[in-house]
Amino acid sequence: MEAYVQETLAEELKPPVTSKGVIGWAKSNLFDGWFNSLLTLVTLYFLWKVIPPLVRWAFIDSLWNTTGAVCRDADGACWSIITTNLRFILFGFYPHDQHWRPLIAIVLLCGLLFYSRNRNHWNTYLVYAWIIGLVVMGVLMRGGILGLPGVETSQWGGLPLTLLLSIFGLTAAYPLGVLLALGRQSEMRAIKMLCVVYIELIRGVPLISLLFMGSIIFPLFLPEGVTIGQILRAQVAIILFTAAYIAEVVRGGLQAMPRGQYEAADSIGLSYFLTMRLIILPQALKIVIPPTVSILISAFKDTSLVVIIALWDLLKTTQSTLSNPEWMGFSREAYIFVAILYFLGCFSMANYSRKLEKELSTEEH
Amino acid sequence: MNEETAENSDLQATEEPIIEIIDMHKWFGEFHVLRGIDLTIQQKERIVICGPSGSGKSTLIRCINRLEEHQRGQIIVDGIELTNNLKNIEKIRTEVGMVFQHFNLFPHLTIVDNLALGPIWVRKVPKKEAIEAAMHYLEKVHIAEQAQKFPGQLSGGQQQRVAIARSLCMSPKIMLFDEPTSALDPEMIKEVLDVMIDLAKEGMTMIVVTHEMGFAKSVAHRVLFMDFGQIVEGNTPEEFFENPQHDRTKLFLSQILH
Ligand SMILES: Nc1ncnc2c1ncn2[C@@H]1O[C@H](COP(=O)(O)OP(=O)(O)OP(=O)(O)O)[C@@H](O)[C@H]1O
Ligand SMILES: [Mg+2]
Repeated sequence: MEAYVQETLAEELKPPVTSKGVIGWAKSNLFDGWFNSLLTLVTLYFLWKVIPPLVRWAFIDSLWNTTGAVCRDADGACWSIITTNLRFILFGFYPHDQHWRPLIAIVLLCGLLFYSRNRNHWNTYLVYAWIIGLVVMGVLMRGGILGLPGVETSQWGGLPLTLLLSIFGLTAAYPLGVLLALGRQSEMRAIKMLCVVYIELIRGVPLISLLFMGSIIFPLFLPEGVTIGQILRAQVAIILFTAAYIAEVVRGGLQAMPRGQYEAADSIGLSYFLTMRLIILPQALKIVIPPTVSILISAFKDTSLVVIIALWDLLKTTQSTLSNPEWMGFSREAYIFVAILYFLGCFSMANYSRKLEKELSTEEH
Repeated sequence: MNEETAENSDLQATEEPIIEIIDMHKWFGEFHVLRGIDLTIQQKERIVICGPSGSGKSTLIRCINRLEEHQRGQIIVDGIELTNNLKNIEKIRTEVGMVFQHFNLFPHLTIVDNLALGPIWVRKVPKKEAIEAAMHYLEKVHIAEQAQKFPGQLSGGQQQRVAIARSLCMSPKIMLFDEPTSALDPEMIKEVLDVMIDLAKEGMTMIVVTHEMGFAKSVAHRVLFMDFGQIVEGNTPEEFFENPQHDRTKLFLSQILH
């Protein structure tokens, strides 16, 4: 048999063209076979039926700045309920002439959050910026110094309350959840038991009952004369609740870590805390970003449950405008508006987590 | 392989032994893995351990830096006995480097950070010095140009060399190797063995579990054969390969040397 010998060097070729233009794309994606074509047609018909009336209702025929009475005679959406009551919806019973204060606090908060998105900005200065920012926000909201009239926390409501409960709730619940997860993995029997009991107890009751307990039962145990604000109690309940769920997700991440990582860390003499801090947690927490964000998003929405202990969060202030006879019956518009606000919050969290995940994974490959 | 490196005469058997294992037993649950190990290792001595799969080679060397706990007998490393005393364990671990079959680099850190981490956090070396030292060791294993990459971007042979450099950064007195080349493609084995031979020339105390018999012949002072949790036979490489005493050793050698 003669040996096979390749004598010429293979020429380098361009990859074959795969894009096919709009028509080619539609053909291969929408009208690929009779069944897909049928589905496409049905979907198109459905959209044709729904979208134009919706656009007409929400935009073309809608009223933006009228009284309730005018709205009742019109066909379109009555966004006037939002524009007229906007300040109450956003700030609740906060004194009317002081609304600029929560407004600045919110702008400051959003600015800090936005700036912190970029991981290149994560340094000690950012920590100082947050500390100063939080103090300024606190002073603005509470007042009582620097010539600002004091505002009792019982008057806080609307968007600032929702943001307060969720942002502090989530930032405190996360580290607590991580500690609980570590505790649950611990070899020390007592700590392990404590964490297991805590996690299972909290997961076994609905958030509503925790809020009730915080609001009604907990004050009974306080010594006389000591009161803890309703908001703080709700805040603590939300933190304790969310932390239990985060703990379980983080535990999943810890279990996914190969034993070799622990052994390598041990073999260079790292202590338990350094191993966790430098080797295990950075990897494990990264793996569980998607489920963690799901929990954070649902915790954000769950803050609206505080209505049941008479806190006026965003949902409650919106709802209460509907009990005004002038605006009664425009619940569609009112709920669409809060839904949009909640969606913006949730969407930016989801979006950010995707960005973070992408950044972290491209780094390593 | 490099025959002239087998300079067995540089061994000072008169010194204090650096590792002393006395009648050491270990069980995994009911399973008696190590059944009375007695082993004394001198400073600068290089030992190769071989034996069939499951004979307890990995377990033995993992006991030396307490990745596994022994239940009977004594292990004394550099004058310190291994007990449950955490401080002693951490101290011994800083003196004993370990290289694993599957490298076990930290995938979320760059190569240079993998190396500098131990010195910075355990030895409390200033960051700048630690990075300089890390670069020095990376040059030693011929891989300095990869310093800013992540482990996932390197070949197996490169990763194993990084793992060796990471251990060396802690300036260990003893290096343990657990089948350092058996997860590697054949063309990468040599680059890792060459680094280990360099290390041997510098007089590092080494305990190597491997089936690379060429390496054993040229580098080891002593070859130990393990089977069923015991050290069955130990001898100089010449004697061990030319003139095995025990039947099980003969059988094992006939299987791997064809
Ligand atoms: N963590 C463990 N728990 C229970 N049994 C174990 C454990 N680790 C190892 N063993 C058992 O102990 C025995 C010795 O294992 P060891 O890893 O020391 O063998 P080895 O000589 O290194 O083998 P190989 O050449 O396959 O690496 C094996 O039978 C193994 O199944
Ligand atoms: Mg092994």
